[in-house]
Amino acid sequence: MWGDGGGRVITARRLEKRFGDKRVLRGLDFELPRGATLLVTGANGSGKTTLLRLCAGLAAPTRGELEVRAQRRDIGYLGHEPLVYRELTALENLELYGRLYRVPERRERIGMLLERFGLWDARGERAGSFSRGMLQRLALCRALLHEPELLLLDEPFNALDSEGAALLDAELAELARERTLLVATHDPERLAPFATGTLALA
Amino acid sequence: MSGYAQDVVALARKDLTLELRARDTLPAMLLFVLSMLVVFHFVLPAGGSRLAANGLLWVAIVFTALLGLTRAFAAEREHGLLDGLVLAPCDRSAIWLGKSIAMLGFLVAAEVVALPAFALFFGAVDGTTVAAVALANLGICAVGTLIAAMASAGRARELLLPLLFLPLSIPIVIGGVGATVADDPGRYLAFLALYDALFAVLSWASFEYVVTE
Repeated sequence: MWGDGGGRVITARRLEKRFGDKRVLRGLDFELPRGATLLVTGANGSGKTTLLRLCAGLAAPTRGELEVRAQRRDIGYLGHEPLVYRELTALENLELYGRLYRVPERRERIGMLLERFGLWDARGERAGSFSRGMLQRLALCRALLHEPELLLLDEPFNALDSEGAALLDAELAELARERTLLVATHDPERLAPFATGTLALA
Repeated sequence: MSGYAQDVVALARKDLTLELRARDTLPAMLLFVLSMLVVFHFVLPAGGSRLAANGLLWVAIVFTALLGLTRAFAAEREHGLLDGLVLAPCDRSAIWLGKSIAMLGFLVAAEVVALPAFALFFGAVDGTTVAAVALANLGICAVGTLIAAMASAGRARELLLPLLFLPLSIPIVIGGVGATVADDPGRYLAFLALYDALFAVLSWASFEYVVTE
């Protein structure tokens, strides 16, 4: 459910974020319409991750306005860290998040995602034993588990092998038709087929 | 069971499962509290004051709790997992309550070993002392978990946690020692209960501001 009506999911006006003396984002203006897929590009340190964290509510702007018309349960976030407990199994991690997000028919949804991302056979293994690519797949399962309306993805292809990247290509193509996506990426060409716009950070 | 209670249970169970698998908090707490009691046994002269021994029991409990609290948010800190919990649509105080319950479990487990060891070295432990320890545990875990979360976000977390926790644990020590040695322990037990209630409510209400920017 969206918090408000209207066609824009995210509206930023003169958005600024500082960490001490360092200004990471300066006077940023953008809008993310509902159903759009906006790519965020820029060099390392240009503020892509910071922007996604601001939109997720994990950080607060130093100045300016940022309006995100989505409740927490409607946001799926994939960051640099997979946000999974290494001592828990893949299944236990998704069970935990499934409970916290009140995912209906949780077991079925978890099983379907694990199958789709090729982790079903590893479901009983601790996440700490996973390769970086498997962790990224598990992180994608976690981010998509509650079927969020707004997806904030930070370098989603990071660490994925060709098979994993192909799976994600297909998933993102489907998601882009139904959801609103804000994707930070160094590889905009890969996402160009379904992107509706690009936000280049200096 | 309400949604809030389900969240708390899921989060506390997660912490207990992590400890069962990693075993990096409870064994350290057990070893530490037993080592302290052995040291105290040799520090106090033979036939030494019972009052002094009772005081040392509280020193052992507070510092053992402090040791456990340094690890309370270790899993979340090491892999940025607090972000994952903060993003979830559950009430953020459930994170504090789940963590406090798990911490309480570790502390009680350490005391199940420590109190008989104390009795062995220094003489029997009476019911009043057990009641005081139980009440003190609630306050320690309520306040300690909040401060551990604050400290986990800072750079000098190893320094920050004892600097913040020890002053706030002084009323617990006063209440605990008072209940253990006074002729009328009721007042001190009531004081501990009041401390627990007050700081549990404060911690519950303020946790959200600790974990969000």
